[in-house]
Amino acid sequence: MEDRSALGQAIEQLEQAAASVRLAFQEQQAESVADALAAGAGAASGIDPFVFRFAIFVLAIFVGYYVVWSVTPALHTPLMAVTNAISSVIIVGALLAVGISASGAAMGFGFVAVILASVNIFGGFLVTQRMLAMYKKKEN
Amino acid sequence: MSENVASFLYLVSGVLFIMALRGLSHPTTSRQGNFYGMIGMTIAVVTTLALAIPSPAGFAMILGGLAIGGGIGAVTARRIAMTSMPQLVAAFHSLVGLAAVLVAAAAVYAPESFGIGTVGAIHTQAIIEMALGVAIGAVTFTGSIIAFLKLDGRMSGKPIMLPFRHIINIALAVALVVLVVLMVTTQSNTVFWLIVILSLVLGVLLIIPIGGADMPVVVSMLNSYSGWAAAALGFTLGNLALIITGALVGSSGAILSYIMCKGMNRSFISVILGGFGGETAAAGADDGIQRTVKTGAADDAAYLMMNAQKVIIVPGYGMAVAQAQHALRELADKLKANGVEVKYAIHPVAGRMPGHMNVLLAEANVPYDEVFELEDINSEFAQADVAYVIGANDVTNPSARDDKTSPIYGMPILDVDKARTCLFVKRSLGSGYAGIDNTLFYKDGTMMLLGDAKKMTEEIVKAMGH
Repeated sequence: MEDRSALGQAIEQLEQAAASVRLAFQEQQAESVADALAAGAGAASGIDPFVFRFAIFVLAIFVGYYVVWSVTPALHTPLMAVTNAISSVIIVGALLAVGISASGAAMGFGFVAVILASVNIFGGFLVTQRMLAMYKKKEN
Repeated sequence: MSENVASFLYLVSGVLFIMALRGLSHPTTSRQGNFYGMIGMTIAVVTTLALAIPSPAGFAMILGGLAIGGGIGAVTARRIAMTSMPQLVAAFHSLVGLAAVLVAAAAVYAPESFGIGTVGAIHTQAIIEMALGVAIGAVTFTGSIIAFLKLDGRMSGKPIMLPFRHIINIALAVALVVLVVLMVTTQSNTVFWLIVILSLVLGVLLIIPIGGADMPVVVSMLNSYSGWAAAALGFTLGNLALIITGALVGSSGAILSYIMCKGMNRSFISVILGGFGGETAAAGADDGIQRTVKTGAADDAAYLMMNAQKVIIVPGYGMAVAQAQHALRELADKLKANGVEVKYAIHPVAGRMPGHMNVLLAEANVPYDEVFELEDINSEFAQADVAYVIGANDVTNPSARDDKTSPIYGMPILDVDKARTCLFVKRSLGSGYAGIDNTLFYKDGTMMLLGDAKKMTEEIVKAMGH
């Protein structure tokens, strides 16, 4: 029951997110995508966007450090499976290569990368789900 | 503006990934956590497609790739036996590594699509990040394949020690640095592929000298590498989701490696340098003292356990190999029906990957609140009537605690010798993975049950029946 409502909420969130992306994209369709990507996060302030990215990277390492130490040892195997799945978010790079590149070679590399990453995404999340479903409490 | 919204959404998916890991702090919240992870992934994919709307042909290829890969992944996830999880995870790591290499290759051939310049004029910073990503990705790829082959038993678990291997590895690392510099100055595709090839070779050379017993560390380490590779490419693409995820996975793998090393009382460096677990160490085997071993049959074991008040079960890799977890649960059920208190004790490095035993016990429907970690249960062995050791060996060896000359001295062990009786299931009286004689076999309170872990457990269950 709890899972259901979480599912509904999450899907709603997802739809909202997708809608806002669509809206934003329509506003800016004239601007070339490549230019937009190159502009970087810190363009306005004059600081190299690398600095911001690096700051996020360092903070995320700390978040990861504390979050992973709080993972119960009993769930270390699912932890590895799920980190596997999420590191396949590298698929975003593959999508760019297949979707908007003019080079045939790049499309080819991207296509194979999409396949490999989706093996991992689907395989990783599903096998984690399968494992987690087995952990049960004592019946009293 | 669209790019700002996209960055924001990538951040949201990064946060959802953090929540996915956070959920794993307890089994009750873990399923929801996994669900957050799926949502995060969906947001990242949809955002990318909405930001850079693919050509119709590209879109078809993307759908095709998702269908093929997703199909393979889903079928594998459903069919894989829980005992094979270490191999599966190693195989998955190799895919992340290869995907990182391919994405970097695509970025070299079509930098415009990634907004990092044009062919022959890619921004220097992007090249360095990319070269780093591709090198780590390639090492992860071949390293994980070797780990997979060793874990799957398709390759001997014995370390393969090449002569001058440290010099070869250092030379390769230096060559890689030189190539990265060349790559920045020349932007040549040939140099890029040379980096890939050298890193692939380095991945193989780094893992072949590491023995089977050290595989839990290797698997965690490769987990960490796959994260750093993703993070490096995240910098190239300026993608927050990738940067955050890479950092999370990188630190997660590093922490697991640390926990595994501590569980074996080994330094990370000594594991990486390799060579452990292959030599047939004769330590303590030939001291000329005639030692006797008490062996018993299933009936004796059944009698002892049925008349006990408290039984602690210590599973190890041998239980996984024999697929004995279900028989073991039956045994515990019989005992519990008879009023015996049953607990399970898990050593941090039991099995071939972190948490391996917990998953197998969960698969056999053992409730997770009957399963305890070393530090939580070790003091209870003294009050236990029976310790049932099934498929574990080195992690119970008292010489790690008492004998300063032992090669494994200092490794934390489960104090099974403190239980009134220790029942030790083992195929033969040979030494364990570390090649060290287990002094536990010769103690008065120990009864050896020689045989296959599953068969022996089944026989004991049968003997309990009447």
